[in-house]
Amino acid sequence: MAVAVDTSTRTLVSRVQLNRPRGRIVYWSVLVLTLVVFTLVFIGPLYMMVTGGLKTTAEAIQSPPTLYPHKITPGTYSTAWTQLNLAKLLTNTLIYAFGALLLQLVFDISAAYAFSKLRPVLGNLVLGAMLATLMIPAMVLIVPQYLTAIDVPILHVNLLNTPWAIWLPSVANAFNIFLLKRFFDSIPQELLDAASIDGAGSIRILWSIVLPMSRPIISVVSIFALVAVWKDFLWPLLAEPSPTKQTLNAGIYSLSQGVPENVLIAASAISAVPTILFFLFFQRNIMAGLTAGSLKG
Amino acid sequence: MAAIEVLVSTTEPGPTPRRTPRRQGDFVRELRRNVSAYGFLIGALLCFGLFSWYPMVREFIMSFQKQKLGRTQWVGMHNFNQIWNDPSFGQAWRNTLYFTLLALLLGYVVPFFVAIVLNEFRHARAYLRVVVYLPVMLPPVASLVLFQYFYNPEYGLFDHILHAVGLPTLQWLQSPNTSMIAVVIASTWMNMGGATLIYLAALQGIPGELYEAAEIDGAGILRRIWHVTIPQTRLILSMLLMLQIVATMQVFVEPFVLTNGGQGVDNSTTTIVYLVYQYAFNFSNYGAASALGLLLLLVLIVFALIYRWVSRRAEQ
Repeated sequence: MAVAVDTSTRTLVSRVQLNRPRGRIVYWSVLVLTLVVFTLVFIGPLYMMVTGGLKTTAEAIQSPPTLYPHKITPGTYSTAWTQLNLAKLLTNTLIYAFGALLLQLVFDISAAYAFSKLRPVLGNLVLGAMLATLMIPAMVLIVPQYLTAIDVPILHVNLLNTPWAIWLPSVANAFNIFLLKRFFDSIPQELLDAASIDGAGSIRILWSIVLPMSRPIISVVSIFALVAVWKDFLWPLLAEPSPTKQTLNAGIYSLSQGVPENVLIAASAISAVPTILFFLFFQRNIMAGLTAGSLKG
Repeated sequence: MAAIEVLVSTTEPGPTPRRTPRRQGDFVRELRRNVSAYGFLIGALLCFGLFSWYPMVREFIMSFQKQKLGRTQWVGMHNFNQIWNDPSFGQAWRNTLYFTLLALLLGYVVPFFVAIVLNEFRHARAYLRVVVYLPVMLPPVASLVLFQYFYNPEYGLFDHILHAVGLPTLQWLQSPNTSMIAVVIASTWMNMGGATLIYLAALQGIPGELYEAAEIDGAGILRRIWHVTIPQTRLILSMLLMLQIVATMQVFVEPFVLTNGGQGVDNSTTTIVYLVYQYAFNFSNYGAASALGLLLLLVLIVFALIYRWVSRRAEQ
């Protein structure tokens, strides 16, 4: 059977080799092995998390561990929900995440628009100063940032235990501005000039021309903004110390010492569910955002 | 993750800058354009000023200062002397470097070979990608609480598995010999998805003709990896190496949550960032915290500069 083999799409092992009987056996056994190992390694712990939250305290710390809950107790989840005040933690995290998203969209989009299309005097210098912050490791600045949040210069207000302590630093995201500016750069100037001649102002041009054309990049920026707040740990722990203001991460950590193992696992499972659903729903956008540009080296 | 995103974007060639034609002499028009532009910038400028630029300057200044009885004094190199003489200093650097080394071995090398294997599959590709990236999306405390549960020497899953296959069980987080290894395993599980997907994207850009030519020349699979795959992904490999070094040397969350506070048994999981945290938030010694942060910054900036140099070359 003569098959025209297109060499441009081949990978390490050629199709011809894979189609031989021995190649097929090797291919399928490696595939099945990988599937089993990956499912065990990456889904297995999640299975243990969800089912661990269905066990009784005695069963959760039983040796050897049980592979499935012998006595299903959904009550563990409701205990976790009330005992760790998860409703409050979840609401807080949602408020922080969506507030940060909104502020980032408003301020970072308008900044990127200014850099890309309005091009003010010293614009490149300011952009450079923003991009330079990407070189500074986040953990190094956490102490001076904390002291700034406690006592904001000039205004002398304390942002601790207010959402602003999470919202405002999230806007200082040079990566967002970089991504957005680069996308805006690719929008033809002629389009904006035409609108300008028709009498549209800068805000109108941004709203009616630039934004509708930039949906793909805005969705990437939005997803990363939400995920970043959801995953952040140390900054929310420091910035929102009051138990009623904490995020899921910080709240579960703070209470982790005093609750039984099964309740703690149930709380973790509850905190993980929104991100898992979010990921499954937006996985295409997330992975496209992650590997955008196909990295031609 | 942020670091990885940076890598992705900087490797794309930027568009050529567009110059708007300026009308000579139209001063008012220029002024209005600039005022409106800075109006658009003001929100970002304030946030960067307060939470990036000002803290950078302050970090530097504070490392030469000390707070005494509510008054700030310049103390020269005192803070640096203090952290240098802290017995935890050497231990923290050793732990951090040990973590970095192990994390690279697992989190840098393994994803590359995982990506090579995944790239050969014609089935279940979407499933495998989703599965490997799923832990990256989880809230870190959820993953770490779970791993802490698995590491328990009395009722943990891991010792049960070791016992079941006839291997000696370990004390994991409760022994200074294995605690850092336990931290690395959890950290790799949580983070390897990002690197894997980036490698996978890089592998898809390798022209098939190169493998074909190598095979015709009689190269086996390992030689093809050595002579085609690695040279073709060299830039991505070197950039990810820099980024991962910078990211792993800032390790904090994993030991902090796994060992309920960060030190571990006999300081075996104390890292540099944990030491910074301890100076600042347990002892309110902001001077020492800043000095140590500055030292870490100097070490990391070397890697960041190498990264920039490499990514510049990638853009050309």
